[in-house]
Amino acid sequence: MSSPHDVVITGIGLVSSLGEGPDAHWQKLAQPGLQPVLEAARFAPYTVHPLPEIDWNLQIAKRGDQRQMETWQRLGTYAAGLALDDAGIKGNDDLCATMDMVVAAGGGERDEAVDAAILAASESRNDRDVLLNEKLTTELRPTLFLAQLSNLLAGNISIVHKVTGSSRTFMGEEGAGVAAVETAAARIRSGQSTHILVGGAFQTEHSDMLLGYELAGYLHRGPWKPVWQRQGAEGGGVVSGSGGAFLVLEQREHATSRGRKIYAELGPIVSGRARRRRGELDAEIAALLSQAALPNGKLLALSGASGAHAATTAEKAALDANPAIASRGFSTLTGHMKEAQFPFAVALAALAIDRKAAYPVFDAAAETPFEGVPATVLATAIGYHQFEGMALVNAA
Amino acid sequence: MANLNDHMGRPIVAVTGIGVVTSLGVGKADNWAALTSGKSGIHPITRFPVDHLNTRISGTVDFLASSSKGASPLTYELAETAAHEAVAEAGLNSSDFGGPLFLASPPVELDWHERFSLYNSDKKDAGAERLLRVARGLKVTDIFETTQFGSIADRLADRFGTRGLPITLSTACASGATAIQLGVEAIRRGECDRALSIGADGSATAEALIRFSLLSALSTHNDIPEKASKPFSKDRDGFVLAEGSGALVLESLEAALARGATVLGILRGCGEKADDFHRTRSKPDGSPAIAAVRAALADAGLGKDEIDYVNAHGTSTPENDKMEHLSLSTVFGERIGSMPVSSNKSMIGHTLSAAGAVEAAFSLMTMRESVIPPTINYDNPDPAIVLDVVPNKKRNAEVRSVLSNSFGFGGQNTCLVMAREPV
Repeated sequence: MSSPHDVVITGIGLVSSLGEGPDAHWQKLAQPGLQPVLEAARFAPYTVHPLPEIDWNLQIAKRGDQRQMETWQRLGTYAAGLALDDAGIKGNDDLCATMDMVVAAGGGERDEAVDAAILAASESRNDRDVLLNEKLTTELRPTLFLAQLSNLLAGNISIVHKVTGSSRTFMGEEGAGVAAVETAAARIRSGQSTHILVGGAFQTEHSDMLLGYELAGYLHRGPWKPVWQRQGAEGGGVVSGSGGAFLVLEQREHATSRGRKIYAELGPIVSGRARRRRGELDAEIAALLSQAALPNGKLLALSGASGAHAATTAEKAALDANPAIASRGFSTLTGHMKEAQFPFAVALAALAIDRKAAYPVFDAAAETPFEGVPATVLATAIGYHQFEGMALVNAA
Repeated sequence: MANLNDHMGRPIVAVTGIGVVTSLGVGKADNWAALTSGKSGIHPITRFPVDHLNTRISGTVDFLASSSKGASPLTYELAETAAHEAVAEAGLNSSDFGGPLFLASPPVELDWHERFSLYNSDKKDAGAERLLRVARGLKVTDIFETTQFGSIADRLADRFGTRGLPITLSTACASGATAIQLGVEAIRRGECDRALSIGADGSATAEALIRFSLLSALSTHNDIPEKASKPFSKDRDGFVLAEGSGALVLESLEAALARGATVLGILRGCGEKADDFHRTRSKPDGSPAIAAVRAALADAGLGKDEIDYVNAHGTSTPENDKMEHLSLSTVFGERIGSMPVSSNKSMIGHTLSAAGAVEAAFSLMTMRESVIPPTINYDNPDPAIVLDVVPNKKRNAEVRSVLSNSFGFGGQNTCLVMAREPV
């Protein structure tokens, strides 16, 4: 039963190693046996899914704006622009000025050359704090700070795309993406907002972004494997990818009154925080699946599983325990995109609803085919380290 | 029987617990005593060497166990300390809070001391390659935890038994106000009866100071540190980097009254508006800040004549104070010249991610105590900014309602309206 305050998805902006935009992603992902785009040399022993070639000018018209950002902010601003375009909101001053925004963000790129020079000098200096002052005061580019600040992805989206209703940035890896979508949907359902831009981006092709996983040994090493098959392989199981996913969420009434195409309806979103050290993850995933109130019958699930051994094992077991679920671990083809992971999962779920077809298996050894038209699709993000979330996406 | 819903039919949100830490001390009592006696917490930096630095003063919190342990541990301790005070005052179970957590905290990064120690624990290779190799050999995850954006909130959620997925947020220097706004909204939507909103910032490292310094945002009045933060003065030359934390227990008025809690104040309205002009500067006509103030008043259901006092963002940067004056005078008209508008930052400096929460705590105390803390160091008024800044000495006054402003880099503008009574 549809209601005027339903949350519907009217815009999708995607970037990953597979390309950009919903159409390109659908075309690629609908190909049986698609091989991932991998970069195994640049960050060896780690493999990453690199960004595709992007003409930033298409979404960030001013060179001056591009110069103020590093790749992470450009990527997010670009993906946000794609979503706004797709929803017919870009360039509409009234809609942009009243549009709310929740961005899931980590941090931007540090200057690797400056850091490396400081570290090299630290080998022969005992006054390292003084060394730091000496180098940072003279070698840091003043505006680089702004390219690193978490909330400046949203800030750049305001500047470039004129989205100015409100601007909030959530931090905290996959959980930030879950909370961003959950909060945005709650605002629409309660009548607090009519249209919201929500999403995130992750630029993994930078040593600090790899370090963020590897300080706890989370990265997979050695030959690449699909996300479900990394248990027992060298390393921690995560293969990261650069990408971004933004959604335009809209109140149904608002979307229909302006005659927009609706991809799908965003159903219940559930989230949690298992105390994993106490072994609560299995129970938490089961509880979330139960709270989400899965429909009867065969269910397609877009899983954001990262490959991290413990979390991925737990998620796989929970999904496999329900024979009605046909899961698709999309990280096999895109890599893990941290803050963008959950918005990406929701976007792929909405795309399957819109195209009235399921994705073929991404990993024939671990996934089962899904025949027919999916009426509801489950999207998950079980954090590689902490926080869990799921959503149901329904036919509009 | 009190009215339990506001002018829009939403549950009224009460404050039942307040906690605060700044460079002036731990807890409301010490902070309030210092703040109302016009005492400054700004001091020379001793946490790290100041060689080569143009700014050598700050409002760091140097008296906690984690003060020298890096941004993540200190931010956690600041948040924990303020939240503990707030939850205890609210009379709630401090390990089973039973509502969601909203944490405003600075973006995290691998601390330089950790970076140095990891790098120098090995000799093979160089740069990032060496760091990554050392990293994957680590046997403990302490350092990793300091680099995860969600870890501080995760620990706080464990400590206080908050419910659900905790939200960590950043809206730059408006973050503390946004954390409160998220709590208010969750209660109004009926998602919970209570919420714990915290703003905490212990990130005054050398690199943070240098970054703000390179953007020419900091005061360089190093000689008399306690005089450096001088909001609305003609010779103001930047903000003073500082640390602190503020925590509020927010509760639906209905739930608060039902359990017999003391209502310390009402979170009456929240307003926000993003600015698309520039990464660090505001639109010259002040329209986004004006819109944020107006949105907060409208959300509170109060007219512009019903605000008794403004707790200003008042950073002491040339740009902010000018723009804030423009915004306030546009909204409040001629009345602004006779309305008290003071800046806590004149004494505690700019606590960044914590500021909105710290200043909300002080705003609530202003109403409860009927005392307005002064703007100190107001010796040389800016003739272009005609405001009653409550210069240099506290003032006794009945304050029924407060507007608290928070503005940040990235076009962030968030305003809160608080009231003493639920009506």
